[in-house]
Amino acid sequence: MPKLFTGAEIVFKCLEEQKVEHIFGYPGGAVLPIYDELKNHSSIKHILVRHEQGAGHAAEGYARSSGKPGVVLVTSGPGATNVVTALTDAYMDSVPLVCISGQVPTHLIGTDAFQECDTTGITRPCTKHNWLVKDINDLPRIMHEAFEVATTGRPGPVLVDIPKDIQFAKAKYISAKKKKRVNTESKNRFNQKDIDKLIELMNKASKPVFYTGGGVVNSGPKASELLRELVSLTGFPITSTLQGLGAYPGDDNQFLGMLGMHGTFEANNAMHDCDLLINIGARFDDRITGKIDEFSPKSKKVHIDIDPSSINKIIKVDLAIVGDVADVIRSTSKTLKNKNLNLQKSNKQKISKWWQQIQKWRTKQSLNFINSDKIIKPQYAVQRLYELTKDQDTFITTEVGQHQMWAAQHYKFNKPNRWMTSGGLGTMGYGLPAAVGVQVAHPKKLVVDIAGEASILMTMQEISTAIQYNLPIKIFILNNQYMGMVRQWQELLHEKNYSESYSKALPDFVKLAEAYGCVGIRAENPDELDEKIEEMISIDEPVIFDCRVDQTENCFPMIPSGKPHNQMLLGPKDQEENRITGKGKALV
Amino acid sequence: MPKSKSAYSTPSKISKLENHIIVVWVDNEASVLSRVVGLFSGRGYNIESLAVAEVDQKNNLSRITIVTTGTPEVIEQIVLQLKKLVPVHKVGNFKRDDKNVIFKEMALFKIVGNSSKIKNALNACKKNNPVILDQTNKSVVIQITALRREIDKMAKNLISFGLISVSRTGAVAMTRGAEIFN
Repeated sequence: MPKLFTGAEIVFKCLEEQKVEHIFGYPGGAVLPIYDELKNHSSIKHILVRHEQGAGHAAEGYARSSGKPGVVLVTSGPGATNVVTALTDAYMDSVPLVCISGQVPTHLIGTDAFQECDTTGITRPCTKHNWLVKDINDLPRIMHEAFEVATTGRPGPVLVDIPKDIQFAKAKYISAKKKKRVNTESKNRFNQKDIDKLIELMNKASKPVFYTGGGVVNSGPKASELLRELVSLTGFPITSTLQGLGAYPGDDNQFLGMLGMHGTFEANNAMHDCDLLINIGARFDDRITGKIDEFSPKSKKVHIDIDPSSINKIIKVDLAIVGDVADVIRSTSKTLKNKNLNLQKSNKQKISKWWQQIQKWRTKQSLNFINSDKIIKPQYAVQRLYELTKDQDTFITTEVGQHQMWAAQHYKFNKPNRWMTSGGLGTMGYGLPAAVGVQVAHPKKLVVDIAGEASILMTMQEISTAIQYNLPIKIFILNNQYMGMVRQWQELLHEKNYSESYSKALPDFVKLAEAYGCVGIRAENPDELDEKIEEMISIDEPVIFDCRVDQTENCFPMIPSGKPHNQMLLGPKDQEENRITGKGKALV
Repeated sequence: MPKSKSAYSTPSKISKLENHIIVVWVDNEASVLSRVVGLFSGRGYNIESLAVAEVDQKNNLSRITIVTTGTPEVIEQIVLQLKKLVPVHKVGNFKRDDKNVIFKEMALFKIVGNSSKIKNALNACKKNNPVILDQTNKSVVIQITALRREIDKMAKNLISFGLISVSRTGAVAMTRGAEIFN
């Protein structure tokens, strides 16, 4: 007779076998048996959050900064519904999460029992897959399958819903090695012919550009190394999406900066005018493409992605290569080196005119802003933060809004997995809990959440989690008292009718920090900024930094509504000459 | 004032709509149908008819046949998105006018009336091999297996002969000849 284990024990045996070290969760009636079992598993540390959404985002931050799946444990009903935002966020940004939720006992399912909800029904559209465990004998298989689905192919969140009686019931444990593999097709579906075609296109191109995305980061640190090699081998310019930042060094000369709605002038113009566009692990998001009909009209398009459904979804491409980014780049570089040793030189001559054009665009210095010596400009604050933290291995998370775009524009990343931001779903309140998760994964590193004062209030309670576990995260709030991005759109599109975008009763963030039991710092003028930032970095406990910035600053450059990449708004001056009119208003 | 101030782009040109039959082989497990149907509703795809039943008891497989309309781009997305679902084994995609594929729907008609009306009703269905499933001296239940438009036409014709109830299935499909779809 093999040894029998309870459902709760099986959950932990699976987590141990999957080498899980941290779980983020919140207890409740329907998961108590699992919480009871926690004490017997010292290799797994539980981080108690203050709200289940926080658990989800913390697990996202953990996953994105470490490359390992994030694990979440919540109770039934409100526990599960509270985590839905984080699951959807992870689904949009391809973050591997395994969420375990308690459920009312099987005999009560469907009776509207206390804290019952149709968890698998609610989370079906925001997970890669989910399971309701109705038979204890299925539990080990499902748990291992959950990790497999979350981490293979295009990563994403999964959920396992375990009724309370199943947590008590007993069954044999089955190791992951013995389990039949899930019905998944091989991730690589390209062959040498595809790579040869790509190289032929690269040879012919005189205005090429790489457009890289989060897929490079998701493919692992090796993919970023291979990407750097490929870019230097070809001499082509490269631009990155918001999620891809860090895969290629932000301060390298071949890097054009981020593209898209708030991308640089040179990146967007290169996208528009290029004759070869090589998309590596990005998905032609609507914040990137601008007006679809006029998107990169003269180019041959190549799309490298692990997810076949991303290809031809928005933009029809000439060559599709389905596979893991690292494997595709490796084959490409290898073939390049074998085939054409002179490519580097000949190519560089061929595309030298293209580089001249790009230099012209660069002289616009589209990220410039008019600095002030009286008031802190938010861009200046991010620049100072970058300068004062760039010499150490710093992890940055953000909330959503103007501050997020300024962070993306002015903070230069040199390594992948250092930049955690909610891009697809655009979840305000993401950054603080994500920073908690990042700090759990990297206890000795500097973790800064570049935040806005409106976003931070959505998940403020998680600072309490940071204090409980001595996680010295830094919350760097660019405080302009407005929902800045909303205010910006209202200014540009709605005749400055600032409807409900001003927060009248904001807390005193310094006192708030003290109330929570951490340190609050305030900076009000540019002269004291450096000194205060240095003070923040030197403190080995959580800090809330209230950086009072210009209330009226707008985020530029910007692709205005209904316009293609080559018609950007540059700054306050340019704006006067290029008012957004009519139909375009719908498109921001 | 502009008509819309939404945060998103206006739709660009829409290409021509096509009628397709999508055949999906899935694990016959709880909630698998809602995963498939939820994918259609969640992404705004269209379902004109749906037929589903287990076809392989040993391997626990069901076959779902969905009739849908969409632009070629949308149809391609439907197939690719379906393939991503974990319980989905394979996906077939046929144009409605594909000559190599047989499509059939079944309908039950209940007709109430005197014997001459019933006779006329049976006559009207003659072309489509009606099967009488139940008959009394004032009613008849007829089973028809045909294409959708033929059933549509028949249902319309039968109204004057005392048609009081119609029950129809979604289309099922199979390729002609010795080949099977892989």
